[in-house]
Amino acid sequence: MTAQPVLEVRRVTKHFGAVKALTEVNFQLERGEIHALCGENGAGKSTLMNIIAGVLQPNEGEILVDGAPVKIGSPAIAQTLGIGLVHQEIALCPDATVAENMFMAATNRRRSPLMNYGALEREAQGVMNRLAPIDVRRKVADLGISSQQLVEIAKALTLDCRVLILDEPTAALTEAEAQALFGIVRDLKAAGISIIYISHRMAEIFSLCDRVTVFRDGRHVVTEKIADVTPDDVVRRMVGREISQLYPPKQAPEARSGEPILSVRNLSDGDRIDSVSFDLKRGEILGIGGLIGSGRTEIAEAICGLRAKSTGEVALRGKPQRIANYRDAVNAGIVYLSEDRKGSGVFIDLSIAQNISVLDLKTLTGPLGLLNSRAEADLAREFVRRLGVRMGGIDMPVSSLSGGNQQKVAIAKQLAVRPQVILMDEPTRGIDVGAKSEIHRLLRELAETGIGIVVISSELPELLGLCDRVLVIREGTIAGALDDTEMSEEAVIRLASGVTPTDRIAAGRAANVA
Amino acid sequence: MAVDTMVATERAVPAWKRIGTMREAGLIAIILALGLVMSFASPHFLTFGNMRAMLMSFSVEGIVVVGMTILLIVGGIDLAVGSVVCFAMVLAGSLFLAGVDPWTASLVGILASSMIGMIMGFFVTVVGLNHFITSLAAMVIVRGLCLVITKGTPLSLFTLPASFKAVGQGTFHGVPYVILIFVAVVILFDFLLRRATAFRKVFYTGSNEKAALYSGIKTKQVKFWVTVLCSTLAGVAGVVYMSRFGAATPTFGVGMELNIIAAAVIGGASLNGGSGTILGAILGIALLSVVTSSLILLDVSVYWQDMIKGCILLAAVSIDHLLHKRKAV
Repeated sequence: MTAQPVLEVRRVTKHFGAVKALTEVNFQLERGEIHALCGENGAGKSTLMNIIAGVLQPNEGEILVDGAPVKIGSPAIAQTLGIGLVHQEIALCPDATVAENMFMAATNRRRSPLMNYGALEREAQGVMNRLAPIDVRRKVADLGISSQQLVEIAKALTLDCRVLILDEPTAALTEAEAQALFGIVRDLKAAGISIIYISHRMAEIFSLCDRVTVFRDGRHVVTEKIADVTPDDVVRRMVGREISQLYPPKQAPEARSGEPILSVRNLSDGDRIDSVSFDLKRGEILGIGGLIGSGRTEIAEAICGLRAKSTGEVALRGKPQRIANYRDAVNAGIVYLSEDRKGSGVFIDLSIAQNISVLDLKTLTGPLGLLNSRAEADLAREFVRRLGVRMGGIDMPVSSLSGGNQQKVAIAKQLAVRPQVILMDEPTRGIDVGAKSEIHRLLRELAETGIGIVVISSELPELLGLCDRVLVIREGTIAGALDDTEMSEEAVIRLASGVTPTDRIAAGRAANVA
Repeated sequence: MAVDTMVATERAVPAWKRIGTMREAGLIAIILALGLVMSFASPHFLTFGNMRAMLMSFSVEGIVVVGMTILLIVGGIDLAVGSVVCFAMVLAGSLFLAGVDPWTASLVGILASSMIGMIMGFFVTVVGLNHFITSLAAMVIVRGLCLVITKGTPLSLFTLPASFKAVGQGTFHGVPYVILIFVAVVILFDFLLRRATAFRKVFYTGSNEKAALYSGIKTKQVKFWVTVLCSTLAGVAGVVYMSRFGAATPTFGVGMELNIIAAAVIGGASLNGGSGTILGAILGIALLSVVTSSLILLDVSVYWQDMIKGCILLAAVSIDHLLHKRKAV
């Protein structure tokens, strides 16, 4: 504490109406450190970051940069102070190119009236190459979510900032992309830039950061050197209660029946996926891992009729199914939960009850084509109770809920049709630790009742901690299957990236056929 | 933020309290306040005759507003409603003059309006254009059609039989049929929008089309039929106007679409889709009608009227936006 902190927040309080988001928060960022900020969703992390970046104004308290009090009235002022924020939510112009997006803020500051596109693209490509091989002349709309996230990060790198705030930068990244990002973050640190790193992933925090600050319910709980704490300590302080086990127990070996619920044979779409075959057994949670873009999502979409398949059969409990569109899949008992919760999962401004009933409209409809609103409310209440959705009432819009509770509503929506198989794409993305483990427990309970669960995830700890078996996808085919005893982060990464000793792949293939 | 920590309680909000928070209540209050002021400002305002004239004046437009509101909920918009109203009117009118029975002619006019809706729906759902451009083109094309049918001159329909004229001019136990038709349409669609499964799909599609598609809802079908419904109701309004005026003018309804859209938006329909109520939209058109009537009674020049209405639209939408913003944060 000898040097002057580059950024200091003193007794900052922020309330929205009657709701206190931050209460007398103190926070110090030393020069050249990577400072992790942890807390459940709603703990006030994003609010504080938005205050530092000039998006929001505090009600009380002050902010000091290099020891001098400043008033950060707008994001433009934050930029001139050298503070850059990478938002958790992607905020890019989809119709502009990657290069144009990256230099949006920089262009705004430059006083030249004309654009020099040649220089712009060269510079942009230079920055982008450090992260990932993305052509900066492509339109952002054509990129996948993980690439868009990289553009968002690259955008911040183009500013000369002294303080860089990364709000869950790896939420949508694959393991390899995340590793590239960590390298850059370390380079930035070596260049004397101070970084605030917000994440839910303990492994990242402990490998990357120097200090960690924990927030809970809008208050500062503790700031510690990473070397002095364990991941368990941090998690315990975040939730304010003991999480004895982050993941629910796996399926007991004696409970493994081998009776398949869902059988997929030779599934291809002639484009992204090729000859995928697997069985989902009763009571198990089957994980699907692999790099983003490897075809994981496409497999799920092909199974449930959202993507046309060129060959392949899907059978439920041995009975072949004809699934031409998603309606067929739902009728057969297969539902899909999209990875893009706000984009295609929930109806954000409709009520909780209306969200839960959407797949089940037919049974809720009376003889005259009228909706039985009492049955709808009963259905909603039943699932809200079963899933422990924390809310103000079933008539409240889904937008009033936290991310974890929104996800529970999305799951409830699927459960309302009493499915036999649920395919879940990134079921816990962007959800805080507490809600995450509730959802994991819920999935395990569902599996125990005999519903087949397939979880597609980019988070290795989730795949390994939750699933009984993991299929790893590479370039549209199954690169290998790992059972409980074979699972490790290394094994998954090797299969996913293809840097595998050949015998390992062979073993994986054999396991898959069996 | 605090919702995270909110306890899982189900508070039953009393019905009266819920009404107090509704946007409709605000509109009713504004309309009543305006009425109160006007009743002092002009002795003619609070007369039975003026009330009835106001109600009559927005009844027929109200039928169109119902269709527009449902279309806005699904995320669409229809700029062609004014032209379609006129089209139904001149088509039915010219068929009548050609010797067709007026009821049959009216039915043909309404069905032809539905056809226009189908054509627009085709371009929106199959070709993949957006509602704005499609209906902008339709607005001009259909207006042209009206001029072609009438060769640009108003059709005089004084020979319409009394039984048909009664629809627009007659009364039932003292209540004009026009108002009865309007109230029936409003009650029917308000009910359907609240209770019918088919109309719930309109909300799902408008709120999040992709999520609706992933839920197995045929969103294109929904959009198609709502587009058709909007044009059909415009057609209905067209033949009611014909009966009421005993004439069909090829320039009738120019600019009507703006009034209709303004009313729906003042009443709470979102141009982004997903929200809107029939009651709100009707109150929206009532407000615009009360304002127009007030301006006339106060001898305000007609040249000022559009400007004032535009300002009211801007104010209403701004107030709503600010209220929502505070709630959302």
